[in-house]
Amino acid sequence: MSGNNKAMLVVKGLHARVGDVEILKGIDLEIGAGETHAIMGPNGAGKSTLANVLCGRPGYEITAGEVSLNGKDLLALAPHERAGEGLFLGFQYPVEIPGVSNMNFLRTALNSLKKYRGEEEMDAASFLKMLRAAAADLKMAPEMLKRAVNQDFSGGEKKRNEMLQMAVLDPIMAVLDETDSGLDIDALKIVADGINAFRGPEKAVLLITHYQRLLDYVVPDQVHVMIDGRIVRSGDKELAKELEEKGYAEVA
Amino acid sequence: MAASVETREQVRQATEEYRFGFSTDVESEFAPLGLNEEVIRFISAKKNDPKWLLDWRLKAYGIWLEQEEPTWALVEYPEIDYQGIYYYAAPKSVEGPDSLDEIDPEILRTYEKLGIPLREQEVLAGVKGAPKIAVDAVFDSVSVATTFRKELESAGVIFMPISEAVQAHPELVRKYLGSVVPMRDNFFATLNAAVFSDGTFVYIPKGVRCPMELSTYFRINAQNTGQFERTLIIAEEGSYVSYLEGCTAPMRDENQLHAAVVELIVMDDAEIKYSTVQNWYPGDKNGKGGIYNFVTKRGLCQGRNSKISWTQVETGSAITWKYPSCVLKGENSVGEFYSVAVTNNFQQADTGTKMIHIGKGSRSTIISKGISTGHSSNSYRGLVRVLAGADNVRNFTQCDSLLLSDQCSANTVPYIEVSNPTAQIEHEATTSRISDDQLFYCLQRGLSEEDAVALIVNGFCREVMKQLPMEFAVEAQKLLGISLEGSVG
Repeated sequence: MSGNNKAMLVVKGLHARVGDVEILKGIDLEIGAGETHAIMGPNGAGKSTLANVLCGRPGYEITAGEVSLNGKDLLALAPHERAGEGLFLGFQYPVEIPGVSNMNFLRTALNSLKKYRGEEEMDAASFLKMLRAAAADLKMAPEMLKRAVNQDFSGGEKKRNEMLQMAVLDPIMAVLDETDSGLDIDALKIVADGINAFRGPEKAVLLITHYQRLLDYVVPDQVHVMIDGRIVRSGDKELAKELEEKGYAEVA
Repeated sequence: MAASVETREQVRQATEEYRFGFSTDVESEFAPLGLNEEVIRFISAKKNDPKWLLDWRLKAYGIWLEQEEPTWALVEYPEIDYQGIYYYAAPKSVEGPDSLDEIDPEILRTYEKLGIPLREQEVLAGVKGAPKIAVDAVFDSVSVATTFRKELESAGVIFMPISEAVQAHPELVRKYLGSVVPMRDNFFATLNAAVFSDGTFVYIPKGVRCPMELSTYFRINAQNTGQFERTLIIAEEGSYVSYLEGCTAPMRDENQLHAAVVELIVMDDAEIKYSTVQNWYPGDKNGKGGIYNFVTKRGLCQGRNSKISWTQVETGSAITWKYPSCVLKGENSVGEFYSVAVTNNFQQADTGTKMIHIGKGSRSTIISKGISTGHSSNSYRGLVRVLAGADNVRNFTQCDSLLLSDQCSANTVPYIEVSNPTAQIEHEATTSRISDDQLFYCLQRGLSEEDAVALIVNGFCREVMKQLPMEFAVEAQKLLGISLEGSVG
């Protein structure tokens, strides 16, 4: 299903359940370096479950299948180790952490990743410089960095904050779970700019979205339609437009 | 290779959860085992007490014999055998050392291991621009060293072991000793009055802002020995001092008793900021051993606009029974209590504060953060009392509990007694857990589970931690992480 690029994320025959309910019923997906894919589908199709299972969120039972990132078996790794391998999840509902400043959170996270990779930690001054620049790119006020993580942030601010984390932590594979939901058009453009700035020959992006709207700004290499735990159709960016016009039922 | 690193890490965690658990091999002199009038006379003679102090001790002992051990706290422990304790233990070499060279090198090494600078040049040789901190080091029943005394003296500040102050400044000690915590105040305070052997005395004269942080490090070392220290701090009109105490003890299988008394007196427009990082040995994973920490701390805001701020980070002790309090007598005086209490394994803490509003316009703030895990029990107990004559009093109380395991418990026991209708009293309390969502969010960003818990807990405690002097805040944060190691998962 991938283009001609070296495969980064490879998902084969993935089945997952919550309790007795099977949600992923055999997902196959391959995303190559430099590619951006979008998964679209109605509510309850299993899109967020796929994102969570890729990142190792507890509460899901994987009954069959394989997932690898650059050849590394992700399913054998703990969630923080998957992050260490370069996997990032942009949360649909970013979580509040009272009393922990955004700045402190990001620095702790970045140094944890560096430690996992055997790299040297970043000193406070260089980190601050890098963080401020990243925040400015996303048009975030400097005072947002001092506030507690996501606490009393508006919906748009939370999503922008996810983009800031992605920029600072610099993963190789970003899974963005409905990062566009709840954004007005200006915020959507800023988030889209953030995603486009992240894209590059050594990066891959998986966008999970309901709407074609985001795809006007972040043009995907491939679009997949997911219904009832399966990818039922794949195509290029035109598929998203077709979906928008005809609806899921007809396209599938 | 990776496996051996991992194994070493596991061993380190298993053995070093309490990092101050070593003991020091020094020759000590003990009072005869147990407690009776002879033992009190022995301690009094060792301290070269004036007659008034011996009489004071004996009177307290007489009262103590009639008192009953309090049982109202939410803590359970086997009956303490008060005749099975040594009430005095002192390293033989330190009776009145004139310089550090006369102190047993083993003791100096102990403080080195604890990271406490006893040599003034060590402080100066540290990071450029680092603030100076004067230290009084109390080892079992005696003070072994007090630093920066000369420099403090030139500012008029008296900072010395209380046993020395009894000799050098008897008028001050006699005037204030027992003036805030009366000798018959409670069972443990009365016991302390009878047998206290050392502690710290601080006097800040009128208008002086103490030029450096003052601190006392308490170390219990000898076996079967209790530590009964007494701290007395007086801040005269318009003065300011920030004082910090730290406490550690070796890992021992039997429980050891620590019954201290702290008295603060603050005059017009003066302020005492009193911070505690309490890390006595908490006992092992099964609840064996650990310090019984029964402490009476009280400050008197005597003057107008006087202020006392208690900040405590309590991570140690098998049992903590402690209520640092403020008697807000002065008009517009201010009392603050900021507390973080962490209990793990089988630790039990019953801690809080009393704010007694006597003065008109007096205000108090209470912020208590309890974190419990393992099989531990963690209770906040607090009293806010407003007397009839105290107009326009304000109090704000916030008690938050964070539960990290299924077997621990948290309790909040607030008492509010208001006899003046103009008082404004607010009380808020919450109980929460670290949510799976919070944990996963941190893990997804690369934090290990233990780092994630430490980060979230530190966030939970931030309001209190930011009250600590900068140089101790980092230590206290690390301590929180260590205390909670292995508590989740």
